[in-house]
Amino acid sequence: MSAVETIEAMERPPVTMSSRLDGELLEVSMGPQHPSTHGVFRMNVALEGEIVRKLKPVFGYLHRNHEQIGEHTSYLGSMPYTDRLDYFCSMTNNWAYALSVEKLAGIEVPERAEYLRLILAELTRLQNHASLLGFLLSDMGAWGTPLMYAFREREKILDLFESLSGSRMMCDYMRFGGCRVDASDEWLAAAKKIVDRFPKFLDEFEELILQNEIVIARTQNVGKLSPELAISAGITGPMVRACGVNYDIRKVDGYGIYPRFKFRVPLGDHGDTYDRLMMRALEMRESIEILKQALPQIPAGPIVNPKVKVRAFRPPVGEAYGRIEAPKGELGFYLISDGGPNPYRYRVRPPSFINLTILEDMCLGHTVADVMVILGSVDIVMGEVDR
Amino acid sequence: METLEQIKNRAELAARGAKIEITPNPGPSGQSSLLIDNEHAVEVAKFLRDHAALAFDFCSNVTGVDWLDRSIKKTTKVKQVVDGVEKEVDQTTEEIISGYLEAVYHLYSMKLKHGPLIIRMRAPNRGDAHMPSLTPVWRSAELQEREIFDLYGIKFDGHPDLRRILMWDEFVDHPMRKDYVQPDDFEWEPTPHDEVLARAKTHYTPRPQQDGSEKITAPPQS
Repeated sequence: MSAVETIEAMERPPVTMSSRLDGELLEVSMGPQHPSTHGVFRMNVALEGEIVRKLKPVFGYLHRNHEQIGEHTSYLGSMPYTDRLDYFCSMTNNWAYALSVEKLAGIEVPERAEYLRLILAELTRLQNHASLLGFLLSDMGAWGTPLMYAFREREKILDLFESLSGSRMMCDYMRFGGCRVDASDEWLAAAKKIVDRFPKFLDEFEELILQNEIVIARTQNVGKLSPELAISAGITGPMVRACGVNYDIRKVDGYGIYPRFKFRVPLGDHGDTYDRLMMRALEMRESIEILKQALPQIPAGPIVNPKVKVRAFRPPVGEAYGRIEAPKGELGFYLISDGGPNPYRYRVRPPSFINLTILEDMCLGHTVADVMVILGSVDIVMGEVDR
Repeated sequence: METLEQIKNRAELAARGAKIEITPNPGPSGQSSLLIDNEHAVEVAKFLRDHAALAFDFCSNVTGVDWLDRSIKKTTKVKQVVDGVEKEVDQTTEEIISGYLEAVYHLYSMKLKHGPLIIRMRAPNRGDAHMPSLTPVWRSAELQEREIFDLYGIKFDGHPDLRRILMWDEFVDHPMRKDYVQPDDFEWEPTPHDEVLARAKTHYTPRPQQDGSEKITAPPQS
């Protein structure tokens, strides 16, 4: 069905001579080239006046069949390509993929590598959530300033990534059974300094935006999501926790060395856009708590399991599904090995794609200006949605 | 979480006539799965979701797998009379497993915080593969089943909105199938012309030109 037919298929009140203009549905194609759609994403919206009556998301503008490319290359060959999925959080993408392959092949990870992975994943969460809040404010019309505040802090963390892995965003840092390069003591000291200063930025940022009258008016009671629907639709990450569902894979699965650290899982009450916004701010505080515990106690030792073959890496026949709590939700990789050098099936479970399932349910009955705010609070990256 | 055998027995009791097999996983992950027959799949899925001790309310990952025809060779020693003398001779038998398409669902429980339970369904006819949709049971399958329909060509009966999602609507083939052949390598020249264009025209169906863009495909046949 083509896009035009889709619009035709939308319900339309019968046009009679007496029907008033404001009773008709107006079809608007929002996107794909629009700064608020966070990439090339389109929504076919049917409007009654300013109210959204129907919304159909259109995907695929950035589709490059990532999964097929993954099936045609070696296991390690896909590692740099996972950076390009959610290009804000390459470290967590690497970890999810490495974790799945480690499950598939039964590989142990040394202690120091587990610490490094955890530190980098939490730093990734900090910079993702900070920039998300900036983008969301930008969507609401606060052009520039909040985003620049967030990017100033994000850039400090990206500098850390660059000094460790050689690249700001395309880190390609993890390997099966460990990490690629070791962190020096100077790097750890620099990370500690940035983490110690981060709460100061958060205090300022929260005061600036989260108590802002306009932000509250634009977000409270907008895009409400019920916990039942959220669970059924497979929503994960800060979005499901904003509905009050206590589901954090760091706690549930306890992958890596998360069970050793003390941290709380923030939960929302209303499931509206404001709660989703708050969730990010509160999660950053908890990430700082984890980092403050992890950075001083990192042990010395090897960073990669020496038994893992780099060349001719062939996991035994079988399949595995590994998942982690990425900043946007549950990021999983499903791999089937037929004993060959490349996976028989390589599947990415992208959190932001599945979180878009209920976009229509959240937007119905709100104004078209709220659609942008609701979409912004879902936190999507098209590199991951379209793959 | 209960063992797979226990879940299998419970589900077979709840859904009369359901045929459930345990598909073992030989790898170190140990994630074995339940193979459910297509007829009773919705009933079994509803049972897995609603039973108080199982409560698999969260369907995390839905994906397709394409298995082509494959053969397994077995060598056995057989006694045979060769030139009047009885000898042991190696005999290879070839077992052919015909191809099928598979949908894999990874289920977790947000309520009881356990999982994963992996269930599979199979469609033996790769040309016209049909399966019941589990979207009425778990909403999260909606976009993912559309993706499987798009990339693997499994038709999910009962899906509310089964359309292509990632490829464009006029696309004909299913690119994630293992026997998919790319129409051509477009990368070696910036815009297709001459030989490449001729081959592309035979591959793609006529596409209605709605946006006034340049016609690179064949004109619509009347």
